[in-house]
Amino acid sequence: MNSTLASQIVTLKIDGKDCGARGDETILSVARENGIDIPTLCHYDGLTDIGACRICLVEVKGSPKLFAACSTLVTEGMEVSTNSPRLQRYRKTILELLFSERNHVCAVCVSNGHCELQAMAMKLGLTHVRLPYRYPNLKVDATHTRYVQDDNRCILCQRCVRVCAEIEGAHVWDIMGRGIEARAITDLNEPWGASTSCTSCGKCVHVCPTAAIFEKGKSAGEMVKRSFVSELAAKREVYE
Amino acid sequence: MTAEELNELIEQEVEANKLFVHSINVCVAAGCLSSHADQTLDALKKEVKAKGLDKEIKVKGVGCMGLCAAGPLVEIRDASNAAQVMYQGVQGEHAEQVVASAGKQSVQSLVCDTSIPFFAKQVKIVLENCGLIDPERIEEYIVAEGYRALQKCLQELAPTKVVEEVTKSGLRGRGGAGFPTGLKWATVAKAQNKQKYVICNADEGDPGAFMDRSVLESDPHRVLEGMAIAAYATGANRGYIYCRAEYPLAVKRLKNAIKQAERVGILGQGIMGTTFNFTVEVRLGAGAFVCGEETALIHSIEGKRGTPRPRPPFPAQSGLWGCPTLINNVETFANIPPILRKGGAWFASIGTEKSKGTKVFALAGRVSNTGLVEVPMGMKLREIVFSLGGGIPDGKKFKAVQTGGPSGGCIPEQFLDMEVDYDSIAKVGSIMGSGGMIIMDETSCMVDVAKFFMEFCKSESCGKCVPCRVGTSQMYDILCKVTDGTATPEEIAMLEELCDLLKSTSLCGLGMTAPNPVLTTMKYFRNEYDAHIQGKKCPAGVCKIKAAQEVLV
Ligand SMILES: Cc1cc2nc3c(=O)[nH]c(=O)nc-3n(C[C@H](O)[C@H](O)[C@H](O)COP(=O)(O)O)c2cc1C
Ligand code: SF4
Ligand code: SF4
Ligand code: FES
Repeated sequence: MNSTLASQIVTLKIDGKDCGARGDETILSVARENGIDIPTLCHYDGLTDIGACRICLVEVKGSPKLFAACSTLVTEGMEVSTNSPRLQRYRKTILELLFSERNHVCAVCVSNGHCELQAMAMKLGLTHVRLPYRYPNLKVDATHTRYVQDDNRCILCQRCVRVCAEIEGAHVWDIMGRGIEARAITDLNEPWGASTSCTSCGKCVHVCPTAAIFEKGKSAGEMVKRSFVSELAAKREVYE
Repeated sequence: MTAEELNELIEQEVEANKLFVHSINVCVAAGCLSSHADQTLDALKKEVKAKGLDKEIKVKGVGCMGLCAAGPLVEIRDASNAAQVMYQGVQGEHAEQVVASAGKQSVQSLVCDTSIPFFAKQVKIVLENCGLIDPERIEEYIVAEGYRALQKCLQELAPTKVVEEVTKSGLRGRGGAGFPTGLKWATVAKAQNKQKYVICNADEGDPGAFMDRSVLESDPHRVLEGMAIAAYATGANRGYIYCRAEYPLAVKRLKNAIKQAERVGILGQGIMGTTFNFTVEVRLGAGAFVCGEETALIHSIEGKRGTPRPRPPFPAQSGLWGCPTLINNVETFANIPPILRKGGAWFASIGTEKSKGTKVFALAGRVSNTGLVEVPMGMKLREIVFSLGGGIPDGKKFKAVQTGGPSGGCIPEQFLDMEVDYDSIAKVGSIMGSGGMIIMDETSCMVDVAKFFMEFCKSESCGKCVPCRVGTSQMYDILCKVTDGTATPEEIAMLEELCDLLKSTSLCGLGMTAPNPVLTTMKYFRNEYDAHIQGKKCPAGVCKIKAAQEVLV
């Protein structure tokens, strides 16, 4: 944590509302503290932000560029707008891109009803996808005794990568390949079941926004995720 | 090395050179090497020895002379280093004739006319030593006023004064975006941190660009001197050169140059008898275009996956291992020694109001003289293409210039009289970029060009953010349908929508600029898109349009 920034108190406006904040807070956290909801996908409380999904983009007065609320620190006098028609349009198109990228078939998915991608589509009013589906041929890895990884449903948010490296300290997950060929992998792209670094703690299962990682033998109704990461992260910080 | 020792070294070198009546310089940069300049060099050396002339004629390998298309290039110079003649296409079999012509009648069949605009209209600052000095010998660089600027900084100028001089010069970053170099240096200099770094970005990934490569292969010490001055000015003591592994010769010469500079005490501890320390290491890129982006490059040096991160914080605040880091392009650093030697005001007197100095361009594609040119900022595009470049070969008609690689755009004929500088190129929807210029004639299909660059961006996208990862893939698919003749007007509208999305929402410059080739070709060559979609025809005859029946089934 940046101690000089943390000791600064700044004031800013989010959607016209006056907000006070510490200099080391992000636009997202200040907005949420003030009851303003900015949609997010790759952000996860307690994990380092990476600004990958671009769903949380906001406008800042005086800048032609958009900023990812999850990974932009507040500054004095900032005027943030979080829900303009332009932003709503971009968010919807980004979601369409995500749905078109892999094979998201909600009706037969174990996370149906408990999926953040699905929930986001409903929240943003996305009723259909205008882009052609790419229907890629992707693998399912069921070699682990307790969990399954299904590439068809992965949105590459890297939550699994971060929770495993930052909280569990095992760094089983990482990303392999570039661009549209990028894949979440375990160890050096070895079968998950053969991983000697995986502790089977299940943290990745609970942070995965979709059913790209799920627990064997659970029915659709049982795929409820627990959120314990921010608590763990906060406790770590106290004892550090 | 102290100042006296430096002067001594210069004297020794000058004395040694006096013994020679002539020197025969052979270009051994990548372009000429590919046409066997190494064999030419060997043959010339053997010939000189065989004729017993090795006390009079010095045969040496030098850096790029520019007109790569005519290689291997060989130049004969006299004792005062004045050029007698330049030869082109010199092979081993010509060695006897070439050696015999030193100081005598030139071999007419080999002469390369250096009075043509390609040579005559160039103004050389960055490339001033290219083709003149042996890049593998530090002595030659030093005699050519090398490391004099560093010496002057260490002895006469406080770090803040060095930054002031760079600011005064008006130099802007040559890596693409044209950020004011003085301002960047000042930010790093001001940062409060014991450890700071200087990084030289030598990842040069734009297809068709080889300016940085040429500087590194022809005059590597110039880049080291620029970095050392930057380190002194900003308070850094360690430097990295991030060079793409596809440039093995540049890497070899850089490593050799670093070793030589360390040996004579120009790099290392207590440089030139002062308390200034600076060491440089070469790091190799593994062939990812995105690793030229500064934050991805820094991750790569740290041993992490080369993906960009959101800025701010900028590297000047928090860069390599979280420390304030100055990152500049090869050509930017190469401009530094002359600026400090001759003063910022001198540099600022060249170029246009907002773009100072010169720019090296790599001319490629449908142009007679392919190769490297260095011209003052503000030269008309027409002059570069038609005068220096020698126009379009085979009597074909000019269509467009593509600048800035995959991040740039296509500039059509109506802007040929535009003065080339950062701002005017940006105004027409392209970017200066690193200096690649691909010239296209009537045989190029502009939709196909847009498709080529989109394919490049699609495969070079790092895949971290959604708009670029999926967007480039979807856009490429649409462009394929256009060149197939099967795209619908709705798909064209979607293409335009995605252009706007990527520009506005991508995480890094790759995604933000990926739409530029599409946007400029749609703007200036809409008729070609229409011809493919409505007319089911590729005007340039490049694309294979699917027959009507095929589309129906
Ligand atoms: C996708 C991408 C690729 C880049 N590639 C290069 C490169 O190959 N060489 C380079 O000098 N700068 C490159 N840049 C620009 C760098 O991020 C950075 O701005 C530059 O090195 C700064 O140096 P300068 O101020 O001297 O121009 C690239 C930027 C992006 C977004
Ligand atoms: S597996 Fe899940 S958590 Fe991991 S990147 Fe994919 S969607 Fe995100
Ligand atoms: S814009 Fe492209 S290259 Fe840049 S971070 Fe996003 S996916 Fe990676
Ligand atoms: S939540 Fe901010 S970019 Fe994903």
